[in-house]
Amino acid sequence: MINIEIDGKQIQAENGATVIEAAHSAGIAIPHFCYHKKLSIAANCRMCLVQVEKAPKPLPACATPVTEGMKVHTHSEQAVKAQQGVMEFLLVNHPLDCPICDQGGECMLQDMSVGYGGGHSRYHEEKRTVLAKDIGPLVSAEEMSRCINCTRCVRFGQEIAGQMELGQAFRGEHAEIMSFVSGTVNSELSGNMIDLCPVGALTSKPFRYKARSWELSRRRSVSAHDSLGSGLAVHTKNNRVLRVLPIENEDINECWLSDRDRFAYEGLNSAERLTKPMIKQDGKWQEVEWQVALEFAANGLRHIANGAGAEQIGALATANSTLEELHLLQKLMRGIGSDNVDFRLRQSDFSGDGKQQGASWLGMSIADIGNADRLLVVGSFLRKDHPLLAARIRKAVKKGAQVSIIHSTDDDLLMQVAHKTIVAPGALVDALDKVAKGMAAKQADGIAGSLLGGERVAVLLGNFAQQHPQAAQLQALAQQIATAANGKFGFLTEAANSVGGQLVNAVPGAKGLNAAAMLATPRKAYVLLNVEPELDCANPQQAMAAMQAADLVIAMSAYKHHATEYADVLLPIAPYTETSGTFVSAEGRVQSFKGAVKPLGETRPAWKVLRVLGNLLKLDGFSQDTSEAVRDEVLKGMDVAAKLNNASPVPTQHSAPSTQHSGLQRVADVPIYYSDAVVRRSAPLQATTDGAIPLVWMHGEEMKKLGLQSGTVVKVSQGQGSVKLFAAADDKLPVGVVRLAAGHAATAALGAMFGTITVERA
Amino acid sequence: MLSQQVTTLIDKELKKYPADQRQSAVMAALRFVQDEKGWIAPEDMADIAVYLGMQQMAVFEVATFYHMYKLEPMGKHTLTVCTNLSCQLCGSGDTLDHLHKRLGIGLGETTPDGKYGIREGECMGACVDAPLLTINNRQMCGRLTPEKIDQILAELDKQ
Amino acid sequence: MNAPILFNTLHFDQPWTLENYLKVGGYQALRKVLTEKMSPDAIIAEVKASGLRGRGGAGFPTGLKWSFMPKNYDGVKYLVCNSDEGEPGTCKDRDILRYNPHMLIEGMAIAAYCMDVKTGYNYVHGEIFEAYERMEAACEEARKAGYLGKGILGTNFEFDLHNHMGYGAYVCGEETALLESIEGKKGQPRFKPPFPASYGLYGKPTTINNTETFASIPWIIANGGKKFADIGVANSGGVKLFSVSGHVNKPGNFELPMGTPFRKLLELAGGVRHGHKLKAVIPGGSSMPVLPGEIMMEVNMDYDSLQKAGSYLGSGAVIVMDETTCMVKALERLSYFYYEESCGQCTPCREGTGWLYRIIHRIEHGEGKPEDLDLLLSLCDNIAGRTICALGDAAAWPVQGMLKHFRKEFEYHIEHKRCLV
Ligand SMILES: Cc1cc2nc3c(=O)[nH]c(=O)nc-3n(C[C@H](O)[C@H](O)[C@H](O)COP(=O)(O)O)c2cc1C
Ligand code: SF4
Ligand code: FES
Repeated sequence: MINIEIDGKQIQAENGATVIEAAHSAGIAIPHFCYHKKLSIAANCRMCLVQVEKAPKPLPACATPVTEGMKVHTHSEQAVKAQQGVMEFLLVNHPLDCPICDQGGECMLQDMSVGYGGGHSRYHEEKRTVLAKDIGPLVSAEEMSRCINCTRCVRFGQEIAGQMELGQAFRGEHAEIMSFVSGTVNSELSGNMIDLCPVGALTSKPFRYKARSWELSRRRSVSAHDSLGSGLAVHTKNNRVLRVLPIENEDINECWLSDRDRFAYEGLNSAERLTKPMIKQDGKWQEVEWQVALEFAANGLRHIANGAGAEQIGALATANSTLEELHLLQKLMRGIGSDNVDFRLRQSDFSGDGKQQGASWLGMSIADIGNADRLLVVGSFLRKDHPLLAARIRKAVKKGAQVSIIHSTDDDLLMQVAHKTIVAPGALVDALDKVAKGMAAKQADGIAGSLLGGERVAVLLGNFAQQHPQAAQLQALAQQIATAANGKFGFLTEAANSVGGQLVNAVPGAKGLNAAAMLATPRKAYVLLNVEPELDCANPQQAMAAMQAADLVIAMSAYKHHATEYADVLLPIAPYTETSGTFVSAEGRVQSFKGAVKPLGETRPAWKVLRVLGNLLKLDGFSQDTSEAVRDEVLKGMDVAAKLNNASPVPTQHSAPSTQHSGLQRVADVPIYYSDAVVRRSAPLQATTDGAIPLVWMHGEEMKKLGLQSGTVVKVSQGQGSVKLFAAADDKLPVGVVRLAAGHAATAALGAMFGTITVERA
Repeated sequence: MLSQQVTTLIDKELKKYPADQRQSAVMAALRFVQDEKGWIAPEDMADIAVYLGMQQMAVFEVATFYHMYKLEPMGKHTLTVCTNLSCQLCGSGDTLDHLHKRLGIGLGETTPDGKYGIREGECMGACVDAPLLTINNRQMCGRLTPEKIDQILAELDKQ
Repeated sequence: MNAPILFNTLHFDQPWTLENYLKVGGYQALRKVLTEKMSPDAIIAEVKASGLRGRGGAGFPTGLKWSFMPKNYDGVKYLVCNSDEGEPGTCKDRDILRYNPHMLIEGMAIAAYCMDVKTGYNYVHGEIFEAYERMEAACEEARKAGYLGKGILGTNFEFDLHNHMGYGAYVCGEETALLESIEGKKGQPRFKPPFPASYGLYGKPTTINNTETFASIPWIIANGGKKFADIGVANSGGVKLFSVSGHVNKPGNFELPMGTPFRKLLELAGGVRHGHKLKAVIPGGSSMPVLPGEIMMEVNMDYDSLQKAGSYLGSGAVIVMDETTCMVKALERLSYFYYEESCGQCTPCREGTGWLYRIIHRIEHGEGKPEDLDLLLSLCDNIAGRTICALGDAAAWPVQGMLKHFRKEFEYHIEHKRCLV
C-alpha cells in the first residue's frame, strides 16, 4: 500500500495503481474520456490532467503511477486551467448538436463541458466534418464528426473482442475511426463500443431517434439468451422495450453485453407476436377468449389422458423458459399422470440420465474460468455460443493461460490457441480418449502436456459436446482428464435456464420419455412451452412428423409460428421482458427478475397460464398468487450449490470404438442469432453476417470430389427431406464432414444435427 | 496476390526482426508493393495482412499514417516537392511554378496521361540542398533551378 | 582547427567505403574495447567525461543515458539509432550515413558491447533513400569483414545491426514513436514512464541515440573522453555538426567545436546570400524559438549560450533568414508542418496545431484580427506541456518565439493586410 494525498485527503492506494484509480476508489472524480478501467491506458484525451506537487507540468491521472507521499490536486488553478484547455480543444471540432444527438443526456462530453467548458467559443474557423460510415446493422457510425478520437472503440476491438475491426486511420487532425475498406463490424460483442463511446459518435442503430434518454424507464432483468446470466437494464417507453444495456457485475458479464443480449429485444416487437389466444376449429384459426382457449386445452388433455392414457401426452419446453414456468409445467404433467417432460431439446444421448449425481453445471464459477491457467474446451462454438465467456477466456490467454480445443470445426476464436484437435464428430470420443491416455504417459505433450502443466485447470464441454450422440462418453472422458490434471470439469450449459430446468426436475423420471424419445415414438398430444419444434429440436424432421401426427398440440408461445400448421390451440405467453421469473445460470446463480413492460395485447405470463390449466384440470398445488410463490415452492430450503454436481460414475472400460460413418457426417451449429425465438425475430440481428442464411461448408477436397465450388447450389438431403443451399469451402474443416447450421428455417426440413448427410449438385 | 518478387523482398526484410515480430516488416512490405505498381490498393493491404499475420485494419492504419505511401495512383513519376521552411526560403514556390508551367498541373494533381503527379512533401532531411524534390520516393534532386528541372523532366520523358 | 572527427573520410573519393574508413583508423576504437576488454563502466565513464550530449535535439547526457540500461539482465535488450532526421533545417545525420556509415556502425557496436546488446536497429528517414541504401551496403560490408555479426574481431562479442526505413512521418523521430514504427505500427508516441530503458522495442530494455551521438563514440574511445570535452566548452563537449540552410551563399553541413561563434559559422556558410542583411535565425531546428539576427551575431553555438539568448541548440540546424523574409509567412509554413505531422492522439496537439495554423494562415492572408495574437499565445500555453510527446511543445515554441521578437510584423500584417517586407 502506498500513501498519497488527493485534494488534501489522505488515501491509501495499491502499489502500481494510477492516480485516477486511487482517486476513484476514494470517491474522488477526475474528468476523463479515454480512460476506461477495462481497457489499456492510452492517455490521449488529456482530460484527466491534474497537478502533482513537484512535477513541473500537469500530469495525466490515468497514466501516472502513484508514488509514496505524492500530493495531487485535481482542482488547483493549474489543474483546472489544463482541464479547461483540453475541454476547449475537444469542443472546437465537435458539432454542437446536443439537442438532436442520441447521446444527449448521457454524454460525457456534454456533462463535462458544463463543468469545464468556457462560456463562448474562441474558435472561429470552420469545423471539421468527418464522413459518416456504414459499419453494419447494429452500430451506427453516422455521426463521426462527433468522435473525439479517444480510441476506446479501437482498444475494445483489439483487447476484448480480439478483433481489430475499427482502427484510427490517417493522422493528426485527419485521424478517423473507421473500418477497413468500409467493412462491417461483425464481432458478436460490437454493441459494447456504443457504451464505450463517450460521445454520440457510435450509437445504437436500432435505437437511433427512438427516444431521449431521460424519457426512458429502466428495469433490471437477466439475459434469456445464453447461460451466463448477464444483468440487463431494460429501457422502456410507453410500455415498449426500446433498448437494453448491461448492468455491471464483475463476476458475471463485467460491464459488457453480447450483441445477442443487447439487440434481441427488437424481436419482442416483431409483427409475428401472438397477442390473442386462438383455437383451430374446422381447420380454421379463430381468436377466442382466454377462458375458451384454456378450457379447450384442458378438455383436450383430459380427453387424451382418460382415453389413450396420460403417457400419450408429452411436454416439451425450451431451456430459456423460466424456472417458474418449467416447474409448473412438470407439475402439471405429473399431476395428470405423465412423466414425459423435457427441456433438453437438442440433446441426443440420454444414456447418462439417472446416473449423474446432481445437476449439470459449469463446475466452477465464471470468475474461475478467467483465473484458469490451462483450459480444454471440448465441442464448443465458443465465441458464438458463449460470447462473453469467450472474452473472459481471451483475457485469461492474454495473461498467459493456455487454451486447447477439441472440436469438429476450427473457427477463429480470436485468441491464441495452444493446441487443437479438429476431427469429425465420430472421432471426438477417440480424440478425448487420446488426451486421457496421454495424461497417463510419462512425457505428456500437446493438450495432455499443457493440462498437466497447469495449476488451475478447467475442462469444459460445450453445446456441441452436450448434443453429441456420445455425450455421456465425452463427459466421462472429460471428467477423467480433469481429475488427472487436478482440475475442474464443467458444462458450458446451453441456455439461460438449463440448470434451473434440472433443479425443478423438468426432465423425465424413470418411467418417462425424454425429449428425443417423445418425438421418436410419437405421442398423441403435446404441450409446447416456447418451443418451435423444427428449430429447437435435435431432429426437426422427426419433430415435425410427430407434431403433424398428433391429435392435440397445445402451443404456448409468444409468436405465431409454424404451430399454425399443426397445433390446435395457441396460447400467447409472455417473453422474459413481460413476466417475472427466475433463471439459474451456468454457475448456479439464481437470479429473479420482474417484467419490464406489461404483456403485449392479451398475452399472459406462462406461469399464470399453467396455473389456470392446473386448476381447470383440478390438480392440487396450483394456487400460487405470485411467481415468487412458485419459485419459493422449489427453492425455499434448497441448497442449490449442493444440487450441482457433474460427477457420474466413470465406466471402467469406456467406449465401443467410435461409430464408423460411411459418407459425410453433419456438423450442425446453432448460429448465434438462430438460437431462440426472440433473437430469430430481431431484424437487426438477422441483418448481420451471423444472421445470414446457412451455407453448406465443406473442405475444399471434399468439394472437389463432389465437383462443387464455392457458390454452387447444392441439394442437401437427410432422411426424407432435402434443401437447396449454396456450398462454401472451409479448408479448416476436417474432411468427411459437412457443416450445416441447425435452428434456421432453411434447414428445418432436414434430419438430426448429427449423422450422415448427402450433398449433391442441385 | 503479392508477386513473387515482393514476397522475396519481404522475406529478406523479415530476417531483420525476431521471428515472432512479422508485423515489423509491414512498412517495407507496403513500400515494395508501391515500388512495383506505383500505388497500394486495398487488396494489397489485405494480402500483406495475411502474409504477415496482421489484422487488415492494422495494415490500413500504417498505410494511412505514413505519408509517402500512395493509396491511389499518382502518376508514373510522382514528384514530391518539399515546401518546408528551408526549401520555401530557397524557392520551392518557384519550383512548383515551373513544374506547373511545364506539366500543367499543380499540387496533388496528375497529368491526364498519367505520367506525372505532383505532391507536396514535408522536410526531407536534406535542407542544405534546398529546394528539392524526390522522384517516386527513390531519387532525390536538390538545388533545383528551372534548367535543372527541365533536365530532370527530359530524363523522365525518355522512360 | 582540429582535424575533422565525424567527417574524417571526406577527403576520399568514396568516403563511405570500409577500406577508406580503415585508412583513417576506423574500427580501432572497437578493437581497443574488445581486446582490452574494457569494462562497461569504464566505457560509460569515458562517455561521461567527454561531455557528449544527445545530438538528436534534447541534449541529454549520453553516458548517463547508457547507465540506465539494466545490468546483469538475461533477457534481450536493444540498441536503436535515430536517423529519422526530419526536423526542418536538419540534415546532418544524412551526411554521416552517406559519407561515414562505418563510423556509425563502430559507434553502435561499442555502445552495444557496453550495454550488452546483440541487436540494433537504425531507423532511417524515408526520403533519404540513397542514405538508406548506403547504410545497408555498409552493414553488409561490415558483416563480411567481421565487424558485425557473431564473433566480432575474433572475440565472442556478437552484435548485428539492421536498417529500418521510415516512410514519411516526422513524429517517428520521437523515440517511442520510432519504436512503435519499428514494431510495424503507426508512429504514435508512447506515454512515459515507462521509459525505453525499461520498456522499449518489443517491450525490451532499449537505448536510443541519435546518429551523430553514436558517430562521436569511436573518437571518444580512441582518444579519451577528456580530449573530446576539451574541444568544446563547458557543458557542451566536443564537436557538433551544424546544418546551415536558408538564405546563405553556401549552405552546407559544418563540423565545428561546440561554442563556435555563430558569426564564424555564418562566414563558413558564405554569409547571407546576395549580400543581404541578416534578419533572423532559427538556431536549432524548426522547433526552437527564432532569434533576431542581432542577437545571433553575438551568440556562440553551444547549449548554454543559446539558452541564455532565449532559444536552444536543438539539433544544431541553423535556418538563416534575410531581410526579405516575411515572418508571418515563415511561421505559417512551420505551423502547417506541425499541423500536418501531429500524430493525432493527444487532444491538444491534434486540435491545437490545426487551430494555430488556421489563425496564422488567416493573418498571412489578410484576415487576421488584433485579438488573434493573444489567442495564439494562449493556445500555445494550452498545448505545450500538455501532450504525450514534445511535438506539442515543438509546435508552440516557434509561435512563441516569433511573437516575442517579431510581434510588430504580425501586427502590421493584421492591420495592413500585407507584408511589412
Ligand atoms: C517530435 C520529435 C521529433 C524528433 N525527431 C528527432 C530526430 O529526427 N532525430 C533524433 O535523433 N531525435 C529526434 N527527436 C528526439 C528523440 O526523441 C530522442 O530524444 C533522441 O533521438 C535521443 O537521442 P540523443 O540522446 O542521442 O539525442 C525528436 C523528438 C521529438 C519530440
Ligand atoms: S503531442 Fe502530438 S504528436 Fe506527440 S503524441 Fe501527442 S498527438 Fe501525437
Ligand atoms: S483519461 Fe487520462 S488522458 Fe484520457
